[in-house]
Amino acid sequence: MKIAPLPRWAEVGLIPVLNIALALAVSGVVIAMLGESPMAALVVMMKGAFVNPGGLGYTLYYTTNFIFTGLAVSIAFHAMLFNIGGEGQAAIGGLGVALVCLALDPVLPGALVIVLAIGASAAFGAAWALIPGYLQAYRGSHIVITTIMFNFIAAGLTVALLTGALMRPGQSSPQTREFAEAAQLPFIHDMLGWVGLGVARSPLNLSFVIALVCCVGVWVLIWRTKFGYALRAMGQSEPAAIYAGIPVQRMVVIAMALSGGMAGMMALNEILGVQHKLLLNFTSGYGFTGIAVALMGRNHPVGIVLASLLFGALFQGGAELDFEFKTITREMVLLIQGLIILFSGALAYMLYPLVGRVFAMVRGADG
Amino acid sequence: MAEHWVDFLRLMDGTLRFAAPLILCAMAGLVSERSGVIDIGLEGKLLAGAFAAAAVASITGSAPFGLLAAIAVSMAMGLLHGFACITHRGEQIISGVAINFLASGATIVAGIALFSRGGQSPPLSAGERFRPITLPGVEALAGVPVIGPLYAELISGHNVLVYAAVASVPMVWWMLFRTTFGLRLRAVGEKPEAVDSAGLSVTWLRYRGVLIAGALCGVAGAYLSIAHGGGFVREMSAGKGYIALAAMIFGKWRPGPVLFACLIFGFLEAAAARLQSVELPMVGVIPVELILVLPYVATVVLLAGFFGRAVPPKALGVAYVKER
Repeated sequence: MKIAPLPRWAEVGLIPVLNIALALAVSGVVIAMLGESPMAALVVMMKGAFVNPGGLGYTLYYTTNFIFTGLAVSIAFHAMLFNIGGEGQAAIGGLGVALVCLALDPVLPGALVIVLAIGASAAFGAAWALIPGYLQAYRGSHIVITTIMFNFIAAGLTVALLTGALMRPGQSSPQTREFAEAAQLPFIHDMLGWVGLGVARSPLNLSFVIALVCCVGVWVLIWRTKFGYALRAMGQSEPAAIYAGIPVQRMVVIAMALSGGMAGMMALNEILGVQHKLLLNFTSGYGFTGIAVALMGRNHPVGIVLASLLFGALFQGGAELDFEFKTITREMVLLIQGLIILFSGALAYMLYPLVGRVFAMVRGADG
Repeated sequence: MAEHWVDFLRLMDGTLRFAAPLILCAMAGLVSERSGVIDIGLEGKLLAGAFAAAAVASITGSAPFGLLAAIAVSMAMGLLHGFACITHRGEQIISGVAINFLASGATIVAGIALFSRGGQSPPLSAGERFRPITLPGVEALAGVPVIGPLYAELISGHNVLVYAAVASVPMVWWMLFRTTFGLRLRAVGEKPEAVDSAGLSVTWLRYRGVLIAGALCGVAGAYLSIAHGGGFVREMSAGKGYIALAAMIFGKWRPGPVLFACLIFGFLEAAAARLQSVELPMVGVIPVELILVLPYVATVVLLAGFFGRAVPPKALGVAYVKER
């Protein structure tokens, strides 16, 4: 039996929602197996993410990280490149921010340092992705393997620098000195305070706004420019793209650089926005989570914002689990993440035949 | 002179200890990828195996049961990988990433539920672990110069899983290159349509590939938690699955060269552990991190074709669609 193609709303809306529902259902079963109530866990997580004072701010702060890394993965995906190196690119982006701030914050006005640091985060991240892109395009290496290797190289490099040249003088912990206050991104609660709105303190800062601007920028770039058209054409069919005169090799390098730039800007939120110094492991897996975000968001900026919000809520709400339950902790979120990647990524087409059959049955009943 | 010899042998001994899990994982990746299925999930299977081994060994008090549990859990994850990318033709890399996340989360969640120790297993007693074995003849050879120390320091005195790791290389080689099954497995990774037209099931062959890979990763996991280590610690695989992946590529998907790559990478780890804050003549202190990233750098350089060419199996990463 041949299955008729699904209507567009089912393909874009129904199937992804079913996949996520499946992932959450399995998570619920796991929680039940651990002897806790899945509903109670959900309530605790939702309260922690949206209701408790400062909860929403924390949720949006995590969301910011995921928007950057999700956009990064999606740009490469459009060109059928799998950039699994968001972790490393973000770490190197953070290095760029730190170098600019450490060198220039004593001499330049804060606002100018911030602008330069934003540029450096993108440029350093882009450079770290550009090398694997170049090696894939011109030397035939596999982008997935190279970007994985670059994650580890970035990690080693940061440890070497933070325990060596960049370490705060007179201290033994592997981190830099704090940046000047004028060269830090303002917190949203402070900014709202300036216009008289009092909100709870949270790490949410100006980078959230930058992330949203990036979403618009990526949307315009991918769907409203000639470049974006070429990028998507290349992702659909490389031979066709070559036939159409698209310089595929150069496009691979540019796509990777843009992707890495986005990942690098994640460091704005963590380093320039919250920590105000470079320290180890600040990327904490957000680069990998970007893969889940891009998959769930179907590589569209709107979808990515929604998926980032979901993951932001999971991360913030997951932290609350630690306080409320004995047997389930925030690591539950890692498991949920794995399930989401499994069901909305690797098993994305599992439900197709089933849903198709249901549609056929409904149509049959109508006729 | 004899002192330097013993010193050198100890370094080689350390190399072997660090290389053992890499060898097992790299052989796992080799079998899976030779059948055409990319295995980014080595890391996750290793971690899950390590947890299962420690948990079951601690509960049953028996190391062999721990090993069996590790193999079973790791094979189950291989099965999941197969279900996603062989049966449902999902993206193999995404499936591997999912497996790594699942293992990270599940080991900690299950660890807390079972032992309430923040994700660790209780420390294991001697009976719950694979202990070093002293091979017969160490005493007899003790007096013999050169060979005596070689036998005592390097060849004898490892746990059984180290020997299993070394033995896995000729076994995988023999299976892949000297058996009908191996021929078919390699064919399925190069030209699945040819295997299909010969009337063999591409699906079943690839499933066997990922299952064997799972079993080998399970042994590697057991090595980490109940042989080399004395219990499970969260995230104890610490990137070893990825180094094994690098070694597999560095060895160009061939058992002998892959073993060699694992030994080099193991040596770098052993050397890094020894050089920790040691002042060397002429060069001073070498940052250990820089030694530890050498495997990754070397793999990148190799993949870029700057020395030799690493050619992966032709059908690697391509799901097979049977014609109807």
